[in-house]
Amino acid sequence: MAEAQLVQGNEACALGAVAAGCNFYGGYPITPSSGIAEQMVRFLPGADGVFVQMEDEIASLAAVIGASLAGSKAMTATSGPGFSLMQEHIGYAVMAEVPCVIVNVMRGGPSTGMPTSPSQGDMMQARWGTHGDHSAIVLAPSSVGEVYELTVRAFNLAERFRTPVIVVYDEIVGHTRESVVLPDALEITDRVRAEGDPEEFRPKAITPNGVPPQAAFGDGYRFHVTGLAHDERGFPTEDSQVAGALLTRLHSKVDDHEDEIVDVETFMIDDADLAIFAYGIVGRSAREAVMEARASGIKAGLIRPRTVWPFPAEHIARAAEQVDTIIVAEMNLGQMIGEVERAAQGQAEIVGHLRADGEPMTPAHLLALITNVEADRKQP
Amino acid sequence: MTDIKTYLREWAMPHVLCPGCAHGIVLRSFLEAVDQLQLEQDKVAMVAGIGCSSRLAGYADFCTLHGTHGRAPAFATGLKLARPELDVVVVTGDGDGLAIGGNHLIHAARRNIDITVMLLNNSIYGMTGGQAAPTTPQGAVASTTPSGNTEASFDACALLQGAGASFVARVLAANPIEMTKVMADAITHPGFSFIEVVSDCPEYFGRYNKAGGGAEMLVSLTSRDVAVAGPLAAKRFVNHVPSSEPPPGMDTGVLQREVRPIFSGIRGGDTDES
Repeated sequence: MAEAQLVQGNEACALGAVAAGCNFYGGYPITPSSGIAEQMVRFLPGADGVFVQMEDEIASLAAVIGASLAGSKAMTATSGPGFSLMQEHIGYAVMAEVPCVIVNVMRGGPSTGMPTSPSQGDMMQARWGTHGDHSAIVLAPSSVGEVYELTVRAFNLAERFRTPVIVVYDEIVGHTRESVVLPDALEITDRVRAEGDPEEFRPKAITPNGVPPQAAFGDGYRFHVTGLAHDERGFPTEDSQVAGALLTRLHSKVDDHEDEIVDVETFMIDDADLAIFAYGIVGRSAREAVMEARASGIKAGLIRPRTVWPFPAEHIARAAEQVDTIIVAEMNLGQMIGEVERAAQGQAEIVGHLRADGEPMTPAHLLALITNVEADRKQP
Repeated sequence: MTDIKTYLREWAMPHVLCPGCAHGIVLRSFLEAVDQLQLEQDKVAMVAGIGCSSRLAGYADFCTLHGTHGRAPAFATGLKLARPELDVVVVTGDGDGLAIGGNHLIHAARRNIDITVMLLNNSIYGMTGGQAAPTTPQGAVASTTPSGNTEASFDACALLQGAGASFVARVLAANPIEMTKVMADAITHPGFSFIEVVSDCPEYFGRYNKAGGGAEMLVSLTSRDVAVAGPLAAKRFVNHVPSSEPPPGMDTGVLQREVRPIFSGIRGGDTDES
């Protein structure tokens, strides 16, 4: 039986990565994510892994992609400005279908912003930061234990869908130490390996589930990998039909399997009059606020997406039919709120609680908000 | 010797290179070096960036990675650390390797990771249509320097020597036999090896600077005398020396060779490094 341990969020990320089978880390120092690298360099040598500190974040993700193509489970971690630099290679990993995990411990932005303050300012960058049309899988843990759990899940999803998976949490989650019981047994997913005659191998074969089996460099399969639009052999093409089919497949392999990916915690939502939509550390404060609101007779509920992309639109639509009002609380000036509005389709009033000043949203804060919204709801 | 086609993806032809471009000669020399060394074909990884030179990887029948602009040494670093048994060779160009990717290149050299980098220097951006590169000689015409380049240029080998590359060489695309020899030497060198291959771009550099076609440009490379060399060599060194003196900096062959600890990342126990 596992015992309770005192663990920091960034440490939980590293522990989760190693538990998921990560055996390559390439990164560059940046606050508030550096703790992940400092743990990985301790863990990896004893886990048949390799650690390298690269010259910048662009190189970090390039090295991760190189290692993944060699068959490793590879990750990097960064924060705001470094995440911007990684966008080039997030797109490459999408296009070339290279499984990898990118952790972004969010800090105040734009630019160097507030390096030691929490923020949720990178939600849209996580979705749309790299150029071109692409799908995205982004997970948002709200506690130390969940950082562990969702880091493992990020590796599993990356391997399952042959795509980069991003984990976002803010500086508070990264630096908080709390008592957690890490699970003994984990479900681990490994990429589907290529089999059969290397001469017949097509690295970008069209398969029923949209995810081609993957060979590693050095395993006897010789093939080409490129960020250019390419055919089933992985070779560049300018054929619009082939390029169009590739882009469609890269989208649909994720979007058609949303039910496998989307993960939303709802709390006291079934009879709620109003709901609060919050993720990451704000989701944790919101849960507390909902409990206190209930104690004072307000029928509040919580919608907390643990996967923010693909966006859990169906969950929002269902909640919008149930409640009068959805409060969207996020530590930015309005990023996920637009998605909530779109998904609610006018079925509920959407009230934003947005702040980007480096201060956290406390339960007391959100309780006052819920109380005000409830008062307005009763006196239209 | 094995049929060179063994190492080529004939199905991927025709290639994208222009008539007169020497990059194909460079690829052949490399394939001959691989053959001479009897490297295991499945264990050779060619990692490229973006540009004309980087397209060579697509035609070579190895494990080939066509990455992003300038980042090939970083991709190669991850690949080599994860699979030390691979022979990892980066093919890059002067814009790719010395402008956008300069940082990655010098850090790979500094670490002394056991990879080989072949930088094909044609003094211009060919793929994008003839813009000035960090290697374009002062005074030379490019599409972005219509009145002649006013910027100083890099000496790639001096840069890499300064960065601590444990093997640095310069070869001319006009000398394929020498090229093969030096490439084989670089691949077997324990640690980071760098080769500047002086190539040509008749389509842009040659045309803009009236330096002749591919054959003339290659011949001009082999002469060290500005008076008899073709316009390319003259352009290349005209800013550095009075015309009565022989041009400097065109030393070819192995310019630096030392053995120092090889970087294999931070890892536990024994590595597979041989």
